[in-house]
Amino acid sequence: MLNLIGSVSIAAALLGALAVLITGIAGGFNRKPGLIRAARYGLYFVFAAMTTAFITMEVALLTHDFSVEYVARVGSLETPPYYTAISLWSSLDGSILFWGWILSAYGALVAFVNRKSVSRLVPFAQGVLGFVGLFFFGLLTGPANPFGEVFPVPTNGPGPNPLLQNHPLMGLHPPMLYLGYVGLSVPFAFAVGALLSGKLDDEWIRSTRRWTVAAWAFLSVGIVAGGWWSYEVLGWGGYWAWDPVENASFLPWLTATAFLHSVMVQERRGMLKTWNLSLIIGTFLLTLFGTFLTRSGILDSVHAFTEGLIGPIFLSFIALVMVLSLILIAWRSDRLHAPGSLDAVVSRESTFILNNLLFVAFTFTVLLGTTFPLIVEAFNGSRVSVGPPYFNMVSIPIGVLLLFLMGVGPALPWRRTTPEKMKRAFLVPVVVGLATGLLGFVLGTRNFWPLVTFTFAGFVMATVVEEFRKGVSARRRIAGVSGPRALAQILTRNNSRYGGYIVHAGIVVIVVALAISGTWRFEREVTLQRGELAQIGDYGIVFDELWAEEQDHRFVVGATFSIFHDGKEAGTMQPRMNYYPNAQQPVGTPDVRSSLKEDLYLTLMAFDQEQGRHATIRAIVNPAVPWLWIGGMIVALGAILAVMPQRGSGRPAVSAAEIAFEEESAELVDEPAAVTV
Amino acid sequence: MSKSKKIWAGIGVLAIAGGIALLIAGGLSTNVVYFLTPSELRAELAERGDEIVNQPLRLGGQVKPGSLTWNADQLDLRFVVTDSIGEVPVRSTGAPPAMFKEGIGVVVEGRYTHDGIFESTNLMVKHSNEYEPPHGEKPAQLYESLIKSDS
Repeated sequence: MLNLIGSVSIAAALLGALAVLITGIAGGFNRKPGLIRAARYGLYFVFAAMTTAFITMEVALLTHDFSVEYVARVGSLETPPYYTAISLWSSLDGSILFWGWILSAYGALVAFVNRKSVSRLVPFAQGVLGFVGLFFFGLLTGPANPFGEVFPVPTNGPGPNPLLQNHPLMGLHPPMLYLGYVGLSVPFAFAVGALLSGKLDDEWIRSTRRWTVAAWAFLSVGIVAGGWWSYEVLGWGGYWAWDPVENASFLPWLTATAFLHSVMVQERRGMLKTWNLSLIIGTFLLTLFGTFLTRSGILDSVHAFTEGLIGPIFLSFIALVMVLSLILIAWRSDRLHAPGSLDAVVSRESTFILNNLLFVAFTFTVLLGTTFPLIVEAFNGSRVSVGPPYFNMVSIPIGVLLLFLMGVGPALPWRRTTPEKMKRAFLVPVVVGLATGLLGFVLGTRNFWPLVTFTFAGFVMATVVEEFRKGVSARRRIAGVSGPRALAQILTRNNSRYGGYIVHAGIVVIVVALAISGTWRFEREVTLQRGELAQIGDYGIVFDELWAEEQDHRFVVGATFSIFHDGKEAGTMQPRMNYYPNAQQPVGTPDVRSSLKEDLYLTLMAFDQEQGRHATIRAIVNPAVPWLWIGGMIVALGAILAVMPQRGSGRPAVSAAEIAFEEESAELVDEPAAVTV
Repeated sequence: MSKSKKIWAGIGVLAIAGGIALLIAGGLSTNVVYFLTPSELRAELAERGDEIVNQPLRLGGQVKPGSLTWNADQLDLRFVVTDSIGEVPVRSTGAPPAMFKEGIGVVVEGRYTHDGIFESTNLMVKHSNEYEPPHGEKPAQLYESLIKSDS
C-alpha cells in the first residue's frame, strides 16, 4: 500500500514539475497571467506531492514496512526510533527523496513569497525550479526509486550504516547540508530567469539576497556539524581530512561566499554582471558535482553509496546545465556590459574583486586536488591519491590572504580613498593586529603561519569592533539615543551589514582555532594494564576496567579510565567500541573531555579479548577545538541576523537611507558618491 | 580608470594567478601519493632503484597468513603484504585497526626504507562501505568473560 502511495506521489511530482517548467517559461515569455498562475499552483502541487512521498517514507520506516525496498535495505526492528527516522538520508534513494522534498519546499516558498510579484523574472525562475525538479523527481521514478516493492516481504532488515547511526549529530549535519545545497538552486533559478527575460540589472540579486544568505548559512552550519560529527565518531581526533566528500561540501561554499561578496559590487556599482551570473551558475553546478561525487561512488569514501547508473545520469545533467547556461550567457552578452568601472586600485570594490579571485583560485585548487586521482588514472592508468598535505599546503596561504582581506575590505570606502583616510581607518586595527602577533610570539609561538594568522586575526577583529563603534556613534549622533539603544538600532536597521560583520568575527574564531589545533595537537598511543598510569601533557590516565553491554541493536565494549588533571582527580572517561550486526568492523565512540582551553580525546584502539586485562588507547590533547564549534555558532548567529527581514521590509537590500547612513558612519564627507542602483 | 592603473591591476592579477599556479604545481609534485601492489613496488625498485625509496607511497595487498606479529606493549606490529606475486615486509607502530587479521586486504600508507622494510604511517583495512549481509560476529569470548564476570 505504502509503495503505491509513494510511487504515485513521486510520479505526480514529476508531472507537476514538467507542467511548472512549461507554464513557467511560456508564461515568462508571453506574460499571460493564467500561465504564470498555473506555474505557481504547479509548485504548490509539487510540494504537496513530495510531502506525501516524504511522509509515506517516514511512516514506512517507523512502522518497519519491509515491503518497501528502501526500508528493507536500511531499516531494522532493533534500530532506535530516532535513528530509524533519520535513516531516510542514510542511503542513496532516501537521500535523493529528501533532496527532492526540500527542493519542492523551496519551490513552494518561492511561489508563495512572490505570489503578488509582477516581476518578469519570477515566472522564468519558477520554470527553472521546475526544470531542476524534473531531474531529481525523474531519478526517483527511475534509477533511485525508494518505493520499489519487495517480495517476499522480509521479517527484518540490516539497519542503517553503523557509522550513520552512531551519533545524534547525524540528525543535524545532512539536513543542514541539503538545505544549503538545495537552497542555492533559488538564486540559480533567478539568475537563469534574468538571462531568459533579458532583465539583467541587479533585480535577480536583490530578490534572492536573503535566499542566498540563508542557503549559505545552512551550508556553513552543515559543514561545521559534519566536522563535529567526524570528530565525535571517527576516532582519529580530527575534524577535517580533505576527504572528497568534505571537499564536495566545501567547494560550493567557497563560490557561494565569493558570490555573497561580489554581488555587493554589482548592487553598488553595476559591475561584474557576467561574473556574478557565472559564479552562481558555477555554485549550482558544484552542488550537483558534489552530489555526484558523494552519491556515485566514483571516489572511495564513507559517503559513497555506490550505485551504477546514477553517476552517468548526474554527469549528463551537469553537462546539460553547463551548456545551456553558456548558451544563455552568450545570447545575452550584448546586455551584460557594465555601466561603472573601477575608479581606484585601493577601494572596497577592488578588495571584493581580489577576494573573489582568491575564492575562485581556492575552489580551483581544491577541485583539482579532489579530482586529480581521476585525471591521472584516465591519462596513464596509475592509481594515485592526493592527501591532506597538498590541501594544507595550498589552502593555508590562500586562507591567510583571505583573512587579511577580511580586515581590509570593510575598512575601505567604496570608489576611492585618500592616504589620510586610510591612516585613520587602519591605524588602530594594524596596531591591534601587530600586538596580537607579538603576544603570540611572547607566549611561545615560533611557527610562521600561526603567527601570521594571529596577527591578521587581531587585525580583522579590530576592524569588526571599529565598524560597530563607528556605527553606534553615528547612530547616537543621528538619532540621539543611548549606546545600547543605538547598538540595537543598527543591528535591526542594518541587519545584513552587521550580521555580516558578526559572521566575520565567527570565521576569525574558527580560523584561529584551526591554526592552534593544527599546530599544537599531540597524541600518544599506549597499551595499559589494569591500574597502570599513562601521562600525556597535563593529564594522567589510569586504566580501571573493561566492560561490555548488550543493547538491542548493538553490542558495546567500553573501557573506563580515571583521569587526573594537574595531579587532581578529574572524573572518568569511557571510550567505547560498538559492534553492529551489519558491520564487518566495529565503530568506535571516542570520549571527549572538553574545556575552553583544550579537549582530551580518548579512543579505544584494541583490548585483551580474552580477559580484559589490558587496553590500547590513543590519547590526544587537542587545543582550541571547542572554539571551532563556538565559531560555527557565531557564524550561524550572524547569518540569522543578516537574513531577518529589515525593519520596514520590502525595501531593497541597499536602500538610499542605508547608503547615506553608511557614509555617515564611515565619516565620508567630502565626496558624495554617485551610486548606480 | 587610467591606463597605467589598468596595467598595474593586470600585473596584480597575473601575480596572483602565477602564485597560485606555483603553489598548486609545488603541492601536487610533492604530495601525490602513488598506489602500488607489492609486485609493482618490486618492479619499480628494480627499475628506478633508490628513486622511490623514502617516497610516500600507498601499498595495497593482503596480509600474508602466518606473517603477523604484534607486540602490544611496544605497539610494534609487523606483517608481510602480498599480492601472491610479490611480497613486502611492513612495520607499523600503533594498534592495528579493529578488523585487522591475517588474510585481510589492507592499504598501508608509508615509505619503503633502505632497510628493505615498508614503514607504515597509516594502516587501513580494506572493507566495503556498502551494506554487507549481516555477519553478526560478536567477540564471543569477550562477551562470555565480561558479561558473566559482571553479573
